[in-house]
Amino acid sequence: MKTVIAENLIKTYNKGEVKALDGLSLDVEEGTVLGVLGPNGAGKTTTVRILATLLTPDSGHVSVGGIDVVKHPDKVREIIGLSGQYAAVDETLTGWDNLVMFGRLYHLGKKASIARADELLERFSLTESAKRPIKTYSGGMRRRLDLAAAIIVKPKILFLDEPTTGLDPRGRQEMWGVIKELVDGGVTLLLTTQYLEEADTLADDIAVIDHGKVIARGTSDALKKDVGGERLEVIVEESQLKLAAEIISRISGTSAHIDASIRSVSAPVKNGTKSLLEALREFDDAKLHPLDIGLKRPSLDDVFLALTGHVAEEVK
Amino acid sequence: MSAITDTLVITKRQLLQLARVPEVLIFSTIQPVMFVLLFRFVFGGSIASDQPGGYVQLLMPGIFVQTVAFTLAATASGLAEDMGKGLIDRFRSLPISRGALVFGRTLGDSLLNIVVLTVMGIAGYVVGWRPTGGLFNTLLAFLFLLAFGYALSWTGIFAGLLARDARVVQNISFLITFPLTFLSNAFAPTTGMPRPLQYFAEWNPVSTMVAACRELFGLENRFGATAGSFPSEHPLITSIFYMFLIMAIFIPLSIRKYASKSK
Repeated sequence: MKTVIAENLIKTYNKGEVKALDGLSLDVEEGTVLGVLGPNGAGKTTTVRILATLLTPDSGHVSVGGIDVVKHPDKVREIIGLSGQYAAVDETLTGWDNLVMFGRLYHLGKKASIARADELLERFSLTESAKRPIKTYSGGMRRRLDLAAAIIVKPKILFLDEPTTGLDPRGRQEMWGVIKELVDGGVTLLLTTQYLEEADTLADDIAVIDHGKVIARGTSDALKKDVGGERLEVIVEESQLKLAAEIISRISGTSAHIDASIRSVSAPVKNGTKSLLEALREFDDAKLHPLDIGLKRPSLDDVFLALTGHVAEEVK
Repeated sequence: MSAITDTLVITKRQLLQLARVPEVLIFSTIQPVMFVLLFRFVFGGSIASDQPGGYVQLLMPGIFVQTVAFTLAATASGLAEDMGKGLIDRFRSLPISRGALVFGRTLGDSLLNIVVLTVMGIAGYVVGWRPTGGLFNTLLAFLFLLAFGYALSWTGIFAGLLARDARVVQNISFLITFPLTFLSNAFAPTTGMPRPLQYFAEWNPVSTMVAACRELFGLENRFGATAGSFPSEHPLITSIFYMFLIMAIFIPLSIRKYASKSK
């Protein structure tokens, strides 16, 4: 069953001058995770805000949990959880204050709100900081608390708008751990991200959006196949570019791409580490000493390049 | 009724904020007390007043009204801050009644006003203010001050919802409330003002409120009755009318603005 359905959404700002969504359609199967991948300004946040009842689309149909979002926003609010790009909690109050307050606003009652707050703080490893104002929290802790606030009533459907943007690698890892746990618990999740790696780690299915439209849809593997998966890249002295290209092409089985400006040679490879070892051996045999060599995972830019022929550009 | 619980939870949030950052409460009471002392001792000696008990009798109602009027800046900037941080989005994605957030905040501001007015009343008493209208009328005057503050906080709510930046809206609110409270009978007789300003001052809700409080505190309203105009003759009724007018305009406007989804 499709729990989240958006059909042909159009949303313009400034009296039609800025087209945020231009016929966007997507859906999420119950109990699965859809990653909405796109650059800044592609329409990710607008999409989430419409699904979460905060914005009305100019046209198109949206339903969440079988309920029409535009007609019955109140009913939708009872079954969804939302955590946005910026931690939407009261910074002056403590983590505990915030969770109890939101619990009460979800009409849990005082006792149940307190019990749930304690439980969530424990689960998100925030118990030690529970009685400190949010102002003193790190970025990662804020996001975790924000996520905790979004799941107070155990929503069946969760919307996360760029949950790890701006976090350091450790904060990101911790956040992923928490999100994975929720997904294992059976929640239906739609998350937006700028990072292919994040979509890859968390999502069953990925929708790539650009200029307010979905331009590709599929599993992470399928998308990567389009993009070419991992690439072997080597940086060499200028005089050795040609020789390096020959070696890399042989290993890859396709002709290597040479970027003379940064003296790099690269090509897609299937068996990442094995290819890397092979390349190192061959370079050594050829008495060729690369300045740098490594495997590169495809980035959002690579996906965009492969899908649209242009790199992901920020739309203002 | 969950709408009432929702509202109270929001009000409680504001009280918790005060508990977590007590400096806010301290400074919002220090400032009016400072005004009491400054006006009493700096101007009190030079502003001629044939009022029995001296200038402070006339001054206190003026400062009470000014103080409750100033709190709208805090209302506006507090709300603008919530908007800026995306907190409003969270509130709007919750299954709570539409008005809870704004009603809760106006209620919280009124509670804050109770504390501030109490402290000011004590400060006034210390420097010689003695209401003579009787206990009932004195309490009634404070009730009117709270009601006036409540009505005004809705203009703060509306300003906060329109604003893009908390600091800007605070400055703008101050730019409006400061002249509004001084172009009145609050601190000096309107008779000394240029003629056009006198008209403005007479009809200014701040003046009618000050005049109404003076009456309830047992004073003859000497600062107001210059031209025998309706507001200076009937300050109480005019003030009540103003309060309802302000609320009739700004409550629906604010709720509509808050609920409007296509920003």
